[in-house]
Amino acid sequence: MNIRISLQIAKTHLLTKKKQTLIAMLGVTFGIAMFIVMISFIKGVNKFLEDSALDATPHVRIYKEITSNHPSLIEEANPKAFNVIHHQLPKNELANIKNGLQIVANIEKDPAVLGVSPQIGSQVFFNKGPIPVAGQIAGVDILKEDKLYSIKRRVKSGNMEALLSNPNGILMGKILARNLNVNVGDKLTITTPTGSLKLVKVVGIYGFGIQTVDGVRCYANMSMVQEILQKDKSYVTDIHIKMKDSQAAIDYAKVLANQYGYETQDWAEANSAFMTGDKIRNAMVIIVSITLLVVAGFGIYNIMNMNVINKMKDIAILKATGFGGKDIVAVFLIQSIIIGVLGAFLGLFIGFSLSYLLSITPFDAGDFLDVKTFPVIFNIKYYIMGLAFGVVTTILAGYMPARKASKIDPVAILRG
Amino acid sequence: MKVLSASHINKYFYEPEKFQVLKNISFEVKKGEFLSLVGKSGCGKSTLLYILSTMDTDYEGTLEMNGEKLTGKSQDQLAAFRNEHLGFVFQFHFLLPEFTVLQNVMLPALKLGRYSAKEVEERAIQKLKLVDMDSHALKQSSKLSGGQQQRVAIARALINDPTIIMGDEPTGNLDKKNSEVVFNIFKQIAHENHQTIITVTHDPDFAKGSDRIIEMSDGQIIKS
Repeated sequence: MNIRISLQIAKTHLLTKKKQTLIAMLGVTFGIAMFIVMISFIKGVNKFLEDSALDATPHVRIYKEITSNHPSLIEEANPKAFNVIHHQLPKNELANIKNGLQIVANIEKDPAVLGVSPQIGSQVFFNKGPIPVAGQIAGVDILKEDKLYSIKRRVKSGNMEALLSNPNGILMGKILARNLNVNVGDKLTITTPTGSLKLVKVVGIYGFGIQTVDGVRCYANMSMVQEILQKDKSYVTDIHIKMKDSQAAIDYAKVLANQYGYETQDWAEANSAFMTGDKIRNAMVIIVSITLLVVAGFGIYNIMNMNVINKMKDIAILKATGFGGKDIVAVFLIQSIIIGVLGAFLGLFIGFSLSYLLSITPFDAGDFLDVKTFPVIFNIKYYIMGLAFGVVTTILAGYMPARKASKIDPVAILRG
Repeated sequence: MKVLSASHINKYFYEPEKFQVLKNISFEVKKGEFLSLVGKSGCGKSTLLYILSTMDTDYEGTLEMNGEKLTGKSQDQLAAFRNEHLGFVFQFHFLLPEFTVLQNVMLPALKLGRYSAKEVEERAIQKLKLVDMDSHALKQSSKLSGGQQQRVAIARALINDPTIIMGDEPTGNLDKKNSEVVFNIFKQIAHENHQTIITVTHDPDFAKGSDRIIEMSDGQIIKS
C-alpha cells in the first residue's frame, strides 16, 4: 500500500469536484453547528435555572424543629405503663440553637466549608399604609451572608454596606419593595408575631430573581432582630453553610446532625422538586443531543455513500490497473477524514458564532427570572464532543461504503 | 517461450439458472504473440478474457502466467500481479475523468513504485509519444475524443512494461481510422517490444491482421 499515491488520488477527487466536496463538508458543518448551539443553549438554561434556584439555598441548613412529637411527662415518669395522651401540643420552647455562635465558630474552622452564616429568622408584618403585608425578616451578619449568597452583587439600588452603619436598616427584596411602594431611604414599620413594633429604614433593595425570596424576605442586622424579638445576644435560629463542593454537603449535613443534635437539611433535600425537574431536563438534553447527532450522522453517511457510488467506475479501473482493496479504502478514507475534519472545524466555528449571537440577544423574562440575555454556556467539552463526533462519524460513514466498494468485482462494472 | 497457459478452465453462471459458459478450455500463448479471441456474442470469449485478466477468480482449472500459478491467490496478490505484469485496454476507454492524461498514465507506475515520480513522468511522456498523444498530456482526460482516450488507455496499459496486454474489444467503439491507429500500435508493441497481446474482437479485419486467431463457440475453442 502506498499512502502518498492514495493521498494524491483523494486530493484530485476532492479538488476536481469542489462543489460536491463543499456540499459534503457543509452537511457535516451544519450537523455539528446545530449540535453546539442546541447543547450550549439547553445546558445554559439548565445551568441558569439551577444557579438561580441553588444560589439562594444554603448547602446545609442547621435549625431546630418545633414539633408536638416529644415524649410527654407521663411517659417519662411511667415508661412501662400504657399511656394514652390526647391532643398533645408543642412544648413551650425557644426556637433557637443553643451555643449557636460557638457552633458557627467551630464549623468555620473546617477547610471544606466556604462560609457559615448564623441567622435569626422570624415572620413579620410590614406596615405602610393601612394594610399589613406579611413577610420574613432575617437577622444576619451581612458580611458573612454576602460570602454565602453574594448579596452585594444582587443589590439593585442602595448599598449593602449601609446596613453595617445603620442599626435599624433593612435590605428588602425587590418585589416586596415594589408591592409596598418603597424606595431606598424610605421608612416603614414592622410588627413581630409577639406584637412589638419597630421603625426601620430601607437602605438597599436586592433581587435574587426568585419570587419566593424577592417577594417576602428582608435582611437586617442580627442585633436589631434580637431586639425586636426580645431575645439575648446569643439567640440564633438557623445556621446556613456553603461548602466548597456542593456534593460533599449531603454527607456533611448528616455529620453535623450527629455532632450537634439539631436538624439539618442539605440543598438537594430542600430543592427536591427542582432536582426532579433537573433530572428531566438533563434527560431531555441527552435525547436532543442524540437525535441531533444521529440526524447529522445519517446525513454524513448518505453523502459519503453517494460519493463512493459515484466513483464505482473509477474504483473498477484502479483495481484493474493493480490497486488493491486497501488502496481503495485509503483513497476514500482520506477523503472522509479531510471532509470530516474541515467540516467539523467549520461547524465548531459556526456553532460558536451562533451561540455567541444568542448569548447577546436581549431577552426580558420579567420579575420571574433575573436575566437580560439568553443564557448560553460556553464549555470546551461540547466543542470537543462535537469535533470528535463529526470526525468519527465521517470516517465511519466513509469507511463503510469504501470497504464495500473495495470488495466489488471490477469485472461487473468494466463489462458494462 | 510460453507466457500464459490456461488448462481445463470451466466456468459456470448461476443466475438465472446454472449454465456452463466455458467448457474445459486449455491453451497456451507464446511471448510476443498478437492473439485475437473471436466468436459470436455469448460464446464466452469475454468471460474467458476476464478470467485471464485475473479479475474474475470464480472458475475451475488452473491459470499460469510468466511461470507463476495464479489460481488460488488472494485479491490483493492478484492486484499486485496485474499492476506489474498486465496491461488493460477496455472497449469504453475508461480513463479516470478527474485526472489529466499524464496522471492517468502515471498512476499504475506510481503504484508499482519501481521508478521515482520524476522518472515515471518521463516514461509516461515516452509512452504518450508512442501513441502520439504527448501534446495532450496536461489536458483533463474527460475533454478528449473517444479515439484519443483509447490511445491514452493504451499508453497507460504500457507504462509498467507488462508481459501481456489484454484488450476487450479495444476498437469496438472506434471509427475505421482510429481502429487502424490502435491496430498499428498493437502490432508494433508485439513485434518490436515482444510484449504479448490478447484481444477479444468482433472486427474481422483486426483479427485477420493478428498473428493468431482463437475462435470460440458455445464455450469451447473450435479453431486455434
